[in-house]
Amino acid sequence: MSSAESPHAWPGDTLTRVPYWVYQDDANYRAELRRIFEGPVWSYVCLESDVERPGDFRTTFVGEMPVIVVRAEDGTICAFENRCAHRGALIALDDRGKARSFQCIYHAWTYDLRGNLTGIAFEKGSNGRGGMPASFCKEEHGPRKLRTTTLHGLVFASLSPEAPPIAEYLGQEILGRIERVLHRPVRVLGRFVQVLPNNWKLYVENVKDTYHASLLHAFFGTFRITRLTQGGGIIVSPDGGHHASYTIDRADDRVSTAYRDQGIRSEHQNYRLADPSLLDSVDEYGDGIKLQILTVFPNFVLQQIENCLAVRQVLPKGPDSMELHWTYFGFTDDTPEMHRRRLKQLNLVGPAGYVSMEDGCVGGFVQRGAATASDELSVVNMGGEGTESQDTRATEASVRGFWKAYRRYMGV
Amino acid sequence: MAETDPLLTSLQPLVSQLNADYARAIDDDRLEDWPDFFVEQCLYSITSIDNHRQGYPGGLMWADSKGMLQDRVAALRDANIYERQTYRHLIGLPALVGTEGEITRAETPFLVVRIMRDGTMDIFATGRYLDALVETGGALRFRERIVVCDSSRFDTLLAIPL
Repeated sequence: MSSAESPHAWPGDTLTRVPYWVYQDDANYRAELRRIFEGPVWSYVCLESDVERPGDFRTTFVGEMPVIVVRAEDGTICAFENRCAHRGALIALDDRGKARSFQCIYHAWTYDLRGNLTGIAFEKGSNGRGGMPASFCKEEHGPRKLRTTTLHGLVFASLSPEAPPIAEYLGQEILGRIERVLHRPVRVLGRFVQVLPNNWKLYVENVKDTYHASLLHAFFGTFRITRLTQGGGIIVSPDGGHHASYTIDRADDRVSTAYRDQGIRSEHQNYRLADPSLLDSVDEYGDGIKLQILTVFPNFVLQQIENCLAVRQVLPKGPDSMELHWTYFGFTDDTPEMHRRRLKQLNLVGPAGYVSMEDGCVGGFVQRGAATASDELSVVNMGGEGTESQDTRATEASVRGFWKAYRRYMGV
Repeated sequence: MAETDPLLTSLQPLVSQLNADYARAIDDDRLEDWPDFFVEQCLYSITSIDNHRQGYPGGLMWADSKGMLQDRVAALRDANIYERQTYRHLIGLPALVGTEGEITRAETPFLVVRIMRDGTMDIFATGRYLDALVETGGALRFRERIVVCDSSRFDTLLAIPL
């Protein structure tokens, strides 16, 4: 079965094999932008606090589409394509700001905070000559508008009228896991962008891949932040697209030798921190969950690693490049001790993160390793063939879930 | 021209030498020497001009003790995985911007080229060091080194400290 846009074939209905062309093919990539990112999904665009007051705006992307997210006069959050209806230039050029209206710099066409075209320079011409035809209707021209929805301080946008309400889109279990982390007003601690030399899907798969975490990231295993022998599991949403994985500290893991017995690199018996305050964590949610990684299809990650909290926005930038936008946060009512703890634990994540820097390069290793293997297949078979929730993390069920959702949206 | 304080002027060669030694330690892969440029209770942070202006305190690396710097080096050596790479630091002349008690404040521009194992060279980061320096044991050391990068975008990963 091959899609209309791509000459390549999928290996039947199984979710356990993924062809490499899907990370390489330009036509398939263009199809993804249309069918997924401009399709009936919800893309994360910013925090609600980023557009706190009327006129506050941010510019970002939905897929590769530039968008403006802005709080309108009545308090609603609007989003529209950052493209002038006249000649297509960007309307807003800043990352963020405050506006009463937007004016394209090219020919000074103006827009209100909802993205409606409200003014055309020299609409009636000059000295009775030129100008727009009387028949030109401003209401019929404008950048494409997106629907927006908010959820516990997060703003999502969709170009499609068919995206279901966000609660239905996510399902109860994933919804509960978001609510668990984002239960108070957030305070942003920093923002960084990581440019990754790989297809966007390789990163999303990596985040969903609980199998790799303690194998690739030696820091994790060494300090027992997460190991496959610890308690925990994964939740996969019924449609496969969203997931949450979690780790619960388990006393018997302290004596487990499973990693050593298999000669796995990520175990360093004698590793000790000179300054152990890095991992001086507190159980702030009161449920013993030390780590929770959650994805929302197609572009959002919410992360709790100990007391280190962040959201990550995945932005595709061509078949073999993407940007990862990190927003580190705490809560507005954090004590000074908790604030400092979070600053220390930020060392765990981001482009220089003890447990995340490898994720910056491993997608590129796949992109380069499989450079000429377009029609070969990668193997996604850990934990069986299905996409059901499991009480182990030695599984690739949530990766298969991604492909289940992906193939549905792509119609392949 | 700002008026020059003779005390500050006399320190400039010392700060320049410190920066030269700092760059050599990192670029020559003597990372184990890197924490010794700092006092025990220090602050080392890598941030960006945009985060700095907005008052966001989070950093890509953030250490408030020499021990945390040693842990960073140990992790780079024994835990973290990244392709072999080196830096070439070009550090400009320090502007000595003031003193507060025993602390001298300096601001120094830098440029770091990253050389990957296949020979690819990129301007990886540029920015300013915002330093608070103190003299201990006859040597200048950093009580604070805030690395304010000009850009918030980082290619692939940031392993070696700036």
